[in-house]
Amino acid sequence: MEPLLKVENLRIELKTRAGVAPVIDDLSFELGHGESISFVGESGCGKSMTALAIMGLLPEGIGRVASGRILFDGEDLTVVSDRRLRDIRGNEISMIFQEPMTSLNPVYTVGEQIAEVLRAHQNLGQKAAWAMATELLDAVRIPNPGRRINDYPFQMSGGQRQRVMIAIALACKPKILIADEPTTALDVTVQAQIFDLLRDLRRQTGTSIIMITHDMGAVAEMAERMIVMYAGRKAEEGPVADIIAHARHPYTRGLISCVPHIVANLTDAREELTEIPGIVPGLGEFGQDRCLFSARCPQVTDKCRKARPETAIFGGRQASACWHAEEV
Amino acid sequence: MNLLRITTIRLFYAVILLMAVLLLNFTMMHLAPGDVADTIAQSMGGADEEVLAQIRTDYGLDQPFLVQLARYMGGVLSFDLGYSYYHNAPVTDLILQRLPATLLLVFTAQIFALLLGVVLGVISARKPNGILSHFVTFFALFGYSAPVFWTGILLLIAFSLKIQWFPVSGMRDVTISGGFWVHAVDVARHMVLPTLTLSSIFLALYSRLSRATMMETLGSDYVRTAKAKGLTQRQVVYKHALKNALSPVITLAGLQFSAVVSGAVLVETVFAWPGLGTLAFESILVRDTPTILGILFFSALMVIVGNLLTDFVLRLVDPRLRARA
Repeated sequence: MEPLLKVENLRIELKTRAGVAPVIDDLSFELGHGESISFVGESGCGKSMTALAIMGLLPEGIGRVASGRILFDGEDLTVVSDRRLRDIRGNEISMIFQEPMTSLNPVYTVGEQIAEVLRAHQNLGQKAAWAMATELLDAVRIPNPGRRINDYPFQMSGGQRQRVMIAIALACKPKILIADEPTTALDVTVQAQIFDLLRDLRRQTGTSIIMITHDMGAVAEMAERMIVMYAGRKAEEGPVADIIAHARHPYTRGLISCVPHIVANLTDAREELTEIPGIVPGLGEFGQDRCLFSARCPQVTDKCRKARPETAIFGGRQASACWHAEEV
Repeated sequence: MNLLRITTIRLFYAVILLMAVLLLNFTMMHLAPGDVADTIAQSMGGADEEVLAQIRTDYGLDQPFLVQLARYMGGVLSFDLGYSYYHNAPVTDLILQRLPATLLLVFTAQIFALLLGVVLGVISARKPNGILSHFVTFFALFGYSAPVFWTGILLLIAFSLKIQWFPVSGMRDVTISGGFWVHAVDVARHMVLPTLTLSSIFLALYSRLSRATMMETLGSDYVRTAKAKGLTQRQVVYKHALKNALSPVITLAGLQFSAVVSGAVLVETVFAWPGLGTLAFESILVRDTPTILGILFFSALMVIVGNLLTDFVLRLVDPRLRARA
């Protein structure tokens, strides 16, 4: 079966003061019906840019899709009309963001903000949309939805606001839900509740999920497959269990060893907690013909500094963009 | 309930503020050299000390400061602002007769500046580097730096003398007769230039501020959410961004209200608009103290009412203010 979403050789360019930088450089991946994948990587690796590109929401005048295709059900989202894109947004593909505190409009009630999306896409009247909004609030487990629907965002906690965002995102039963670090800004206990909620809703609706995170724990909990991004490029891709068991890219390896509990749970040997030295290169270095991780890599060789690594495939499912993937 | 309490508190403060303004004005007028006796003597072609003293006794100007103050305050509390020696009429009557013209000018100019300012601000915020945006910036700077009376005279030369679209001065054409609408159109024609002149400064302020706040809200997370919902461009800009961008503009408009009232004095003088401004100007020239004090009192009143109105409008726009008691 054709995948639901197929991204091919995507290149996104960002205008910076120093010139044009490829924040996403030749990225390809697929998302199946009902599948859940996770994008992982440090800040500034292009995870959010990928999500915004799928939504057609790249910052106007600054970022643009330079080449490649984003095929959603066979339709290339990089070339469709604005009108068609609006039909898809919030309806077939929807998104929740990192900052629940600022993602809702402070001057409208949460009910209005949920009902609005139903009116826009489902042709519902004001009354029907409002009734549906109440049901949705109940579905995201906000107690006393009939009363809370008249609340303004400032009357709700961060976790509740993120629930409202989820209600908005799922209102039209989208085929894909993109969650951009949905729990980063929340307390740990609330994080767990949000993950529970997302998992349950996914089971009920069959929505495919793209989750963006830098939390390996969240990946293990939420996704079947993961894509590790580094400096705008795909470093590694594969089933979550396989990658955690045997990462084929030194960067993935570094990310995993930064997290104590997963390693402890999945392997008997409890390795030392380590960090990856250095930082993600600046935008100016993106797109150079070399391994962009080489400056931080413990296994770096001359080859890494001279040419961009080719992708090595393992067992037909795991792929790593590293010259030394065999040895890792 | 909540609203009632707030209104009561506000009104209480407003009365205290008015009293303070009154006291300050009275003291300052008293400290200024010269009084109405000088003017009267002057119009009589000169008078000796004896006649001057007689005039001062007649008008109670020879009494000690505190007595005069007490008399005046007592009068104000019973809605009597004194008697104009120069105009030969009670100050309250004089002012009430002129007030509608000023109110009409001030409110029209303020609302016009606000509406157009916000529209221009929104348009230029959507394309911050477009030609229109630069034009608005230039125009705003020009309007803000040009003195009101100069702008007024320039408009007069252009639109009343060269191309005779609008009347030169006044508020009505006495030769016109007809029903309500005929007169309304006549007043409207007279109003165009004064309103434009008075708006020009404030238009600049409002368009600059709404451009800045719109650019900020257009880049905000909730606007991104609105776009991600698949709403139309118009809904995103006017429903989600604009309503949030309005609060600072309304606040500024409230603060500027006093400036609009004082700007009206100049504009009325240039266009011979029969409002409080012209009255104030005349009264200052002839040292008609009660009238000046009365006008200052009404100006303060207008500003206070304007600020109260601003507060209520802000509450309508922003639910967070409503909740905060």
